[in-house]
Amino acid sequence: MEKIKDLLMQHPFFKGLPKERLDLLAGCGSNIHFKKGECIFKMGEESNHFYIVRKGRVSLEMDGAQHGPIRVQTIEEGDILGWSWLIPPHKWSFTAFAVEDVNVTALDGQCLRRKCEEDHDLGYELLKRFSAVLAKRLEWTRMQLLDVYGANA
Amino acid sequence: MRKESHLVEETVDPMVPRPFVVRESREETRDAFTLTLEPQEANGAPAFEPGQFNMIYVFGVGEVPVSISGDPRQPEVLVHTVRAVGGVTRALQKLGPGDIVGVRGPFGSAWPVDKAKGKDVVIVTGGIGLAPLRPAVCQILGQREKIGKFALLYGARTPKDILYREQLGQWRSNLDLQVRVTVDNATRDWYGTVGVVTILIHKARFDPANTIAMVCGPEIMMRFVVQELIKERMREQDIYISMERNMKCAVGFCGHCQYGPNFICKDGPVFRFSDVRHLFGLREI
Repeated sequence: MEKIKDLLMQHPFFKGLPKERLDLLAGCGSNIHFKKGECIFKMGEESNHFYIVRKGRVSLEMDGAQHGPIRVQTIEEGDILGWSWLIPPHKWSFTAFAVEDVNVTALDGQCLRRKCEEDHDLGYELLKRFSAVLAKRLEWTRMQLLDVYGANA
Repeated sequence: MRKESHLVEETVDPMVPRPFVVRESREETRDAFTLTLEPQEANGAPAFEPGQFNMIYVFGVGEVPVSISGDPRQPEVLVHTVRAVGGVTRALQKLGPGDIVGVRGPFGSAWPVDKAKGKDVVIVTGGIGLAPLRPAVCQILGQREKIGKFALLYGARTPKDILYREQLGQWRSNLDLQVRVTVDNATRDWYGTVGVVTILIHKARFDPANTIAMVCGPEIMMRFVVQELIKERMREQDIYISMERNMKCAVGFCGHCQYGPNFICKDGPVFRFSDVRHLFGLREI
């Protein structure tokens, strides 16, 4: 747990969180390895984790119907993977695959939700931080929608 | 003797195209191709600086401005990567070895490769925007010892739309050049990064206080890239962008490419961002 707390302390996402809150978060954490090609989570399934990618690349995919699965984003070293654990109905919006061998620190969403309900200040801190991640992802998605490199750009 | 000097005068007239022979036409992506042109006259291709453009004339069809995308250290040929999007560029696409085109140029301002000496360089580009920056990459690699960290960040629509794939691979194998490529979307046979080009900026290693940034791509992409570079604490005066407008005469006479008080053909296409920030993103400019 100390090791996970150290990892959290070093990550910019948790910057400024007091030690006692990091202790709480680290209590919900574990280190996991995914092999290249392994499915990390599937769209529609219950979302009970979020991940801090420590090494490797994860692809987020959507089913492109006749086009097959479409990779819409990759999450790489240092990035945060997964926000569905925080927002009801707690179902994954995408499918995630390990594009290469991936090491993550996984934080248990159920455990976190419980702690956030007990400690609203912690909940507010996490919500602020996840809102920033979501806003950035929304901005990127909008840029992708603009199809800036397309023939009519 | 008198006749010779008359000929020299004719060849430097910026409004008179010089004949060039197509040596090679190579398909780069589904809608982009690279032409290698050799001068038909004996006096060689004109020297150019990275970032400059030529006006290429397809006889009987029309003339278009195209950035030079070859290596300035190999001035014996002209290399142009073109995207087939209109009548003239589609006519260019149909040309093959032995065909003749008219060329005027080179015109316009250049990427500030000399100003980058002793500094880090970050190049951020997307789509066909890599073509006008390729000469700058070649020139920097030719004087690599004078530059600090060097990052090339490139975004394309899909893996099939990546320009100069082979050369990007060669550049990536240079241990002193960070090459990062991302695509907007991909299928499972792409193992690289997926996402917009701006996501690459904070992952690149450079010192924002001592870096020259060169940015080229669709205007909307450049707007987001500049925002991101400024967020990374780069100064506006260290960011250079390449603008595109409808250039006709290429020498600042006709006004087709007017951009506020500037003519893109003469004062640009490469501008220091701080000099045009008041115009950047304005509609109808």
